Amino acid sequence: MQEAFATALDRWPVTGVPDNPRAWLVSAARNKAIDALRRRTRFDARRPELTALAALEESADVLDPPDNRIDDDRLRLVFTCCHPALALEAQVALTLRTLGGLTTDEVARAFLVPPATMAQRLVRAKHKIRAAGIPYRVPPDALLPARVDAVLATVYLIFNEGYAATSGDARVRHDLTGEAIRLGRLLVRLMPNVTEARALLALMLLHDARRDARVDAAGDVVLLEDQDRSRWDRAQIAEGVALTEAALREGGARPYALQAAIAALHAEASAAEETDWRQIAALYRELERAQPTPVVRLNRAVAVGMAEGPAAGLALMEGLDDALPGFHLVPAARADLLRRLGRWPEARAEYRRALEAAPSEPDRRFLSRRLRDVRPDGPPDSP
Amino acid sequence: MKYILLIYSSDQAWATQTPAQLQEVMGRYRVFTESVRASGQMVGGEKLEPASTATTVRVRDGKTLTTDGPFAETKEQLGGFYLIEAKDLDEAIGIAARIPGAAYGAVEVRPISSMPSPPSR
Repeated sequence: MQEAFATALDRWPVTGVPDNPRAWLVSAARNKAIDALRRRTRFDARRPELTALAALEESADVLDPPDNRIDDDRLRLVFTCCHPALALEAQVALTLRTLGGLTTDEVARAFLVPPATMAQRLVRAKHKIRAAGIPYRVPPDALLPARVDAVLATVYLIFNEGYAATSGDARVRHDLTGEAIRLGRLLVRLMPNVTEARALLALMLLHDARRDARVDAAGDVVLLEDQDRSRWDRAQIAEGVALTEAALREGGARPYALQAAIAALHAEASAAEETDWRQIAALYRELERAQPTPVVRLNRAVAVGMAEGPAAGLALMEGLDDALPGFHLVPAARADLLRRLGRWPEARAEYRRALEAAPSEPDRRFLSRRLRDVRPDGPPDSP
Repeated sequence: MKYILLIYSSDQAWATQTPAQLQEVMGRYRVFTESVRASGQMVGGEKLEPASTATTVRVRDGKTLTTDGPFAETKEQLGGFYLIEAKDLDEAIGIAARIPGAAYGAVEVRPISSMPSPPSR
């Protein structure tokens, strides 16, 4: 089966998914098995092998089912592409290439690498699948939960590559988020009982709904609180909210569902001041229980700072500098809380630390403006 | 006494050999293998697939963690080996995870080359 799958990887993107992929795949496997047996009989003239060869050729008709099980094969393909024995960047490239239908060039452009580099990455990944015996199948029950997580994480990674990037061709980055959403829809169809697949789709739709309001004319990221909400895609928000509710109802307080719920609450607020921060803070508390990471803690601190006041938010930020060294958003968030408490000298120190760690020009511009706001003699435009 | 003889070479160099060069090397390996078999000293031996096909397995807090690629740390050193039969990589990883060493070190799962071996005596 391994070789036939490798052939499928090679040929599907060029010729498109065949009408009856399962039969095509099985007959390809049969052909290759016959070839392999013929090769081996040159080394080894054992009679039983030839009998097996004949039997394989005879069984041809039995293996040609008329039913069209494209989704079966796509499901197997998705788990194979996202197998944890493959490097993450290989999983992403394979998924986009074979399930997303992107050309190698398009995937290369999306990740800002030369086409030859991406081509090599794909070749190596396919070779590993073949040579290491990565099975072409939906994993057995015992492995399935972890593998589903891996598949969802790969799709979310693709989304974030497109969503978080502020450099590179904006149109290409949007293609990536669009592709991730398409893959998300495919996963929901392939795994209708996996509520987190629905939640992930919801999360991506809700984030993406803000695409037209996120970046200003200068290419700087516009904060959520400053975005022109009339430019948000309301239809997409409605879909995202409905999916979120379904995921929570049927699957409970799981990580993607919680993140989607938070995004939904932001999306449903008609203005920044209408945001239900208490609910959001509560959701972050649940999320931290499910995923106790420093980044979740940081987000929770910001939410609590809005819901219960900056002092409460500050208290939650204990230890985050050690947990996330060099991450500019930690001092930036702390600076903001200190600024709101009127503790400007401390705020200035934190904004400076954030500036040192800031990864891009737009980030530095934003932080410099904030630093000016807490100057000893007041912000630049105060009387 | 038993000894294990570990062969280190450049995967890169292997990949850039011409078919004629490969034939030549494999020929010399066949001669060597025959001689060790003939002397009765051969216990076992296999050609491995390149390091790019390896998977490293660790078990931490009861969870099996797999990473793409060969073992490449400096704090641990080669301490033992098993040669197993498994129907696919998932099964091999499952077996590797049960090795006690996987819980405090790492186990590299490397496929054996499926090229036909020279005929045995």
